[in-house]
Amino acid sequence: MNAMNEIEASDSWSVAGQSFTSRLIVGTGKYKSFEQNAAAVEASGAEIVTVAVRRVNVSDPNQPLLTDFIDPKRYTYLPNTAGCFTAEDAIRTLRLAREAGGWELVKLEVLGEAKTLYPDMRETLKATEVLVAEGFKPMVYCVDDPIAAKQLEEAGAVAIMPLGAPIGSGLGIQNRVTIRLIVEGAGVPVLVDAGVGTASDAAVAMELGCDGVLMNTAIAEAKDPIMMARAMKAAVESGRLAYRAGRMGQRRYADPSSPLAGLI
Amino acid sequence: MTTTDGTLSITVNGQHRRVTGGITIAELAAELGLVPEKVAVERNLEIVPRSTLAEVKVEDGDDFEIVTFVGGG
Repeated sequence: MNAMNEIEASDSWSVAGQSFTSRLIVGTGKYKSFEQNAAAVEASGAEIVTVAVRRVNVSDPNQPLLTDFIDPKRYTYLPNTAGCFTAEDAIRTLRLAREAGGWELVKLEVLGEAKTLYPDMRETLKATEVLVAEGFKPMVYCVDDPIAAKQLEEAGAVAIMPLGAPIGSGLGIQNRVTIRLIVEGAGVPVLVDAGVGTASDAAVAMELGCDGVLMNTAIAEAKDPIMMARAMKAAVESGRLAYRAGRMGQRRYADPSSPLAGLI
Repeated sequence: MTTTDGTLSITVNGQHRRVTGGITIAELAAELGLVPEKVAVERNLEIVPRSTLAEVKVEDGDDFEIVTFVGGG
């Protein structure tokens, strides 16, 4: 095995006992069509996709379904609780998701208010405890607070997913210090969920030592979502490699790269 | 609210419906044009396991939520 193969081969990650190669998780909302969505997922290289749980359309049951375009046998579906503002609603949604899909790995998010979509941590913690007791394996969307992250981990969250910035804002990682503190303190995978706007934001998250990045709008609302999906794949891989490689120290002033000796 | 014609009054995803008395939840799903393998059913806030959909009978006054996976982030 040559050195490059070794770099690639030794870097899978796992959550709740399932192993993955791609560190990019993508959402399936806001796309113009199912076809575009499927092509973007393909280009992203993601192995996990988030999905929402909603009422079936009883008045038109023959409408195409997400599962017809993004095969749940090929991709791990991660059902979310988007739109839930109480622990009770989130738990109810995930019980239905488990019945619809048949798996325990889920994404929990309990929102505090519509304007910021900031998580309600009191309800989030409550829901995590109930879900874990019922056998779920919740990956939990949360504030970028190292103490809250610890509490979620103690409650049984299988992954901690702090926001980089508000959902759908595309503002990038607002607080590198808290994300790094969460990564350093966590015994479970940490993924930045929400706030990524462009490729460099994803790379920043990975350079901070995150195990992965979850994004939806940054790809879906790009002018060319398929090209952006490919950009995000490259960014997550680059950021991860840079983190593993160990970046150089920062200096306040210049340091020449060419030898000073032998100057004419 | 069982009526003399033997139909049942139920709610499906927030909408009122009338269905024939004695049908199972699987038959209700088929009547709605749904494929049971692709949906999950909650009756009166309790999950109905997919394996029992063909056995459990619809009762008068039942409140159903029938969901599936859609695109989301």
